[in-house]
Amino acid sequence: MKIHEHQARQLLADAGVPVPPGVVVESVDDAASVYKRVVGEAGLGEKGLAVVKAQVHAGGRGKAGFVKLVRSPEEATEAARFMLSNRMVSPQTPPEGLEVKQLLIAAGVDIAKEYYLAITTDRATRRNVLIASSEGGVEIEQVAHDNPDAIIKEPIHPVAGLQAHQARRLAFDLGFKGKQVGQAASIMMALAKVFVEKDCTIAEINPLIVTPPSSEYPDGRVLAIDAKFNFDDNALFRQDRVKAMFDPTEENPAEMRAKKFDLSYIALEGNIGCLVNGAGLAMSTMDIIKHYGGQPANFLDVGGGASEEAVTEGFRIILSDSAVKGVMVNIFGGIMRCDIIAQAIVNAAKEVGFEVPLVVRLEGTNVEEGRKILEQAQAEIPTMQTGTDLADAAKKVCAAVAG
Amino acid sequence: MAILVDANTKVICQGITGSFGALHTKGCHNYGTKMVGGVTPGKGGTKDANGLPIFDTVQSAVDATGADATMIFVPPPFAGDAILEAAAAGVRVICAITEGVPVQDMVRVRALLDEMNAGRAPGEGITLIGPNCPGVITPGPKTGSGESGKDPYTNKGCKIGIMPGYIHTHVSEAKTGKSVGIVSRSGTLTYEAVWQTSNLGLAQSTCVGIGGDPVRGMNHIDCLRAFQDDPATDAILMIGEIGGTDEEEAAAFAKAYVKKPIAAFIAGRTAPPGKRMGHAGAIISGGEGGADGKIEALRGAGVEIAETPSHMGEAVARAMGLTVGA
Repeated sequence: MKIHEHQARQLLADAGVPVPPGVVVESVDDAASVYKRVVGEAGLGEKGLAVVKAQVHAGGRGKAGFVKLVRSPEEATEAARFMLSNRMVSPQTPPEGLEVKQLLIAAGVDIAKEYYLAITTDRATRRNVLIASSEGGVEIEQVAHDNPDAIIKEPIHPVAGLQAHQARRLAFDLGFKGKQVGQAASIMMALAKVFVEKDCTIAEINPLIVTPPSSEYPDGRVLAIDAKFNFDDNALFRQDRVKAMFDPTEENPAEMRAKKFDLSYIALEGNIGCLVNGAGLAMSTMDIIKHYGGQPANFLDVGGGASEEAVTEGFRIILSDSAVKGVMVNIFGGIMRCDIIAQAIVNAAKEVGFEVPLVVRLEGTNVEEGRKILEQAQAEIPTMQTGTDLADAAKKVCAAVAG
Repeated sequence: MAILVDANTKVICQGITGSFGALHTKGCHNYGTKMVGGVTPGKGGTKDANGLPIFDTVQSAVDATGADATMIFVPPPFAGDAILEAAAAGVRVICAITEGVPVQDMVRVRALLDEMNAGRAPGEGITLIGPNCPGVITPGPKTGSGESGKDPYTNKGCKIGIMPGYIHTHVSEAKTGKSVGIVSRSGTLTYEAVWQTSNLGLAQSTCVGIGGDPVRGMNHIDCLRAFQDDPATDAILMIGEIGGTDEEEAAAFAKAYVKKPIAAFIAGRTAPPGKRMGHAGAIISGGEGGADGKIEALRGAGVEIAETPSHMGEAVARAMGLTVGA
């Protein structure tokens, strides 16, 4: 699960990480007053620097013009008007772009140096690992590619957690100086704590910055400017606060609909709808469709314990995609029984109708019962063919869709 | 012979009174597995529908029955603890079927298991299979209908988990007289592979579903080692998927250690980056975990690659030098 930047900043602030003050606005009318309040609180003066940022999960905001620096209430209002009345289009959004409903207006800070700091779980070592770099503010993948030596990876003990001496050493290794060291180390400790406590899959501060020296902070201040958190969906049962941050408007409506029935659905670009049991088999079904020249319209894993009703809903979701010109069903019954799938096909045919070609391949638990149900329904579902095996079914559906 | 489990393995079910636990205890019992009891805290002293004794703790179940394997069906919030309870009671093979265990729980569980296994040779310690997996099966020769525990499907097989038993083939019933060891990150895709090998006249020595989670027990390498060392396994079929670097590591290991023929299939060649394909572990991120890199690494290690999921059986037969079908 993903959250918005302003929510991530709140989680960091609660964990004791210093974050410049910021306020969320939802209307253009509030932009001027919020700007004044934010720069006022930060002591930046009347024409202080602030940043207006669109709150969407997709990246690429800066290049799309949805992150703007402003220096007056008028500029803040103008930026807010632009972002709230235009759809944001970036390489990470759908082509038609995303509607922006919320903006974050945060106090600007002068930046002397930028760093990168993140924690994630490293699958190879099966440990949480702290990843840090003195080259912050840019895509870490780019740094990893161009200058891998600039990235430090520190494993965290699975039971004891990050130790203070590790954080201190990392801070020195990253080049923090004087009083910055203690500040940076305590931010690392806080991030490691929040990562485990909130069941994150990634907790990233990018950039972590140092401000120029001031009278109050002669060595500069270490601050988190932008943050990104992802959470383990499997752990949401014990993360009420995180769950409350869920924004359904950021999700694909068909994927949300599927989730209600415990179906795992991902919309793709092609025209052959797929309904499969098991994630690996579902991916493989997409692969074999592509191998025989077709384009899968979706990934859909109905799982093992799905009811007839849930499977019927799966067909409804597939058929509601107007791009779908054919459907392939591939079931290897284990826990899932073939007769349940067959009955769901009959239900979906009655309810929505299969106007497009349908190719069904059944194998495994209760396969005979399933085949019998389909044979009896063949007259009512004239577009239905059966596949003798996986390759046969894929070839048939690709041929039918190609015309 | 086989790996991990065989006709003598005594199995308990943790979560035996839940609906899935009860259903699959019956399924394993009817297959011919030596099911010896189950555990549900608070229900100790009672019996399940098959007449198997239920215990309050794994330790008391092990003491009373001599169980050396367990299959875990307890709900995700308690699954990590159930694994550690089994390990503490000295259960040799722990099969965690439960889907949806939090990653951080598995990070801790795996670290504690590694600590318990420290200093032991590979395969000598406690083996965890899963979580989020179909389980492990060593097929036996078919002897009955499988309708009940009194008329089991086999009397020498051992099925621990949720896979359909009848698709598997014992070597005594295989036309080629050869056995394939199968290891897979996916459930139903494993059944597909088993079915294809059975249809080609190949038997399975043991099939291990290692599960689709990012942090788990056994990985491909552990199974490759065990299959290489098992005299009853003639060839290995490995089924991987996108996400992580397990298959790349397996390729390097295979090159150095495995002398038997190996074939592989990698699922998710057409999966877009950044999208989690059902399994928590199946995601291409940061340029890591793509299918093409895995396939290349495996090819480089001399592994026969199945181009489509429909050709897994043929690929392993090809690796074995057998002529089959098309």
